[in-house]
Amino acid sequence: METTQPHIIPASAATTAPVITTRQLTKRYGALEVLRGIDLDAHEGEVISILGASGSGKSTFLRCLNLLEIPTSGSLTVLDENIRFRQQGNELRIADQKQVNRLRSQVGMVFQNFCLWSHKTVLQNVMEAPIHVQGRNRQEVRDEAQKALDRVGMLNRADYYPSQLSGGQQQRVAIARALVMQPRVLLFDEPTSALDPQLVGEVLKVMQDLAAEGRTMLIVTHEMAFARDVSSRIVFLEQGTVRAQGTPQALFQGGMDERFDQFVSHFMRKT
Amino acid sequence: MNTSSLTLVGFGPDGWGKLLVIAAGLTLIAALCSFAIGGLLGTAGAALKLSSAPLLRWIGTFYTTVLRGIPEILIVYLFYFGGSLALTHLMHLAGFPGFFSLPSFVIGVVAIGLVSGAYQTEAYRSAYLRLDRGQIEAGKACGMSRTVLLWRIIAPQTLRFALPALGNIWQSVLKETALLSIIGLVELLRQSTIASGATRQPLLFYGTAALLYLLMGQLTGFGIRSVEKRLGRCWER
Ligand SMILES: Nc1ncnc2c1ncn2[C@@H]1O[C@H](COP(=O)(O)OP(=O)(O)OP(=O)(O)O)[C@@H](O)[C@H]1O
Ligand SMILES: [Mg+2]
Repeated sequence: METTQPHIIPASAATTAPVITTRQLTKRYGALEVLRGIDLDAHEGEVISILGASGSGKSTFLRCLNLLEIPTSGSLTVLDENIRFRQQGNELRIADQKQVNRLRSQVGMVFQNFCLWSHKTVLQNVMEAPIHVQGRNRQEVRDEAQKALDRVGMLNRADYYPSQLSGGQQQRVAIARALVMQPRVLLFDEPTSALDPQLVGEVLKVMQDLAAEGRTMLIVTHEMAFARDVSSRIVFLEQGTVRAQGTPQALFQGGMDERFDQFVSHFMRKT
Repeated sequence: MNTSSLTLVGFGPDGWGKLLVIAAGLTLIAALCSFAIGGLLGTAGAALKLSSAPLLRWIGTFYTTVLRGIPEILIVYLFYFGGSLALTHLMHLAGFPGFFSLPSFVIGVVAIGLVSGAYQTEAYRSAYLRLDRGQIEAGKACGMSRTVLLWRIIAPQTLRFALPALGNIWQSVLKETALLSIIGLVELLRQSTIASGATRQPLLFYGTAALLYLLMGQLTGFGIRSVEKRLGRCWER
């Protein structure tokens, strides 16, 4: 198949400071090259949707940003701190786990499968990290946890266990758990993919409100309408590289990148 | 049962009741100590078996294979004679002549603890393997250090999953303490033997001992099951 050159147009929000910067980020599993040199600047206030076919490396890329995966090479700057790695054989290792833990506490992550702690109630899930990671005062944290739960409409379920909630409710609690840490940036890895169709809306609604608040968000998603309507920038990955990026208007009107157009039309047909 | 039997197991001046209760208490204490030692060894054993270093994994497997493959009574003997021999040797080296032996209680509890540890290793290991990796990642993603993650997420969930197996292991530890009677500890079985000999009523005293073992097992088992139920709530729908 003949491929054309990728199309990149500069992002609109480039005036504010970058919150996350990657340069030539690569990730390899054995012989499999999953990320092949990704450059990205996520600026404060940007809502970036990361799109791409299954296996294009979206999750891997997102998980590199908070070091749940360690890149094979390249550099990563989070909140103005260059992540320190050390070389071990052909691999990078985290050089300073304290640095990584500190940055992780300022970068919230929401997972496809919610991943709430099943031995803790909703309220305990939300209070856990502020108390045991940030070392904040329990009373103060309780108030803020309740506020965060209220925001996502889950305060009335504060004493439930995760297993007693629907998927949509669990995901909203997971968002509250991330919010209570007052993160500078939020990462979402397919937050609605594990949900029954009728539950997707309630989660997208919460995310839309967060976007409207001006929060910095990176979202891996297959929700095309959401990506088009809510994000300030689309990043289209193909086989571990940024194939195209730009505003949703520019990309979704078509004709900018033929592979992106194919991807979208294929997707629209499938769903 | 006639009046004289009741008097014999009773708490009167001619009765063995008080001694039997004390002996049952010793059985319970020995079981608790063995189980606790087994808990420490089991945690260490599980950590070894789950390690990424082949040598450590090998040590863990060696421990569980050997300790589960030898009859418990033999392990108690080995510890009893080996322990005294080693201690005597050490004391000679330190300049103290004569024969030394460790208290039967210590030897027995360590021996049974070691065996129990081998079984507890498997209980903790398989419980750990059932943990949801996603929940561990969620902990890392909010910046938890290894210690916080271990104590706040991994340990409670592993313990919860291991509880049913631990309940069974506890029951067998309780029964295995009867082996301590062969190295001279006056626990429930040994006390019953003494009483049988003195009164020529073996059936009466061994029967009483059997009932006491059952009673202790049932009561503690009931306790464990209610904890299990309480902790299990959050996994049920
Ligand atoms: N731990 C791993 N070991 C080996 N290969 C992996 C691992 N994780 C991911 N991969 C491979 O890397 C590639 C990219 O995976 P990734 O999960 O990033 O894709 P994705 O774009 O998120 O796809 P999807 O839309 O299906 O979630 C896939 O081919 C996957 O099989
Ligand atoms: Mg993915």
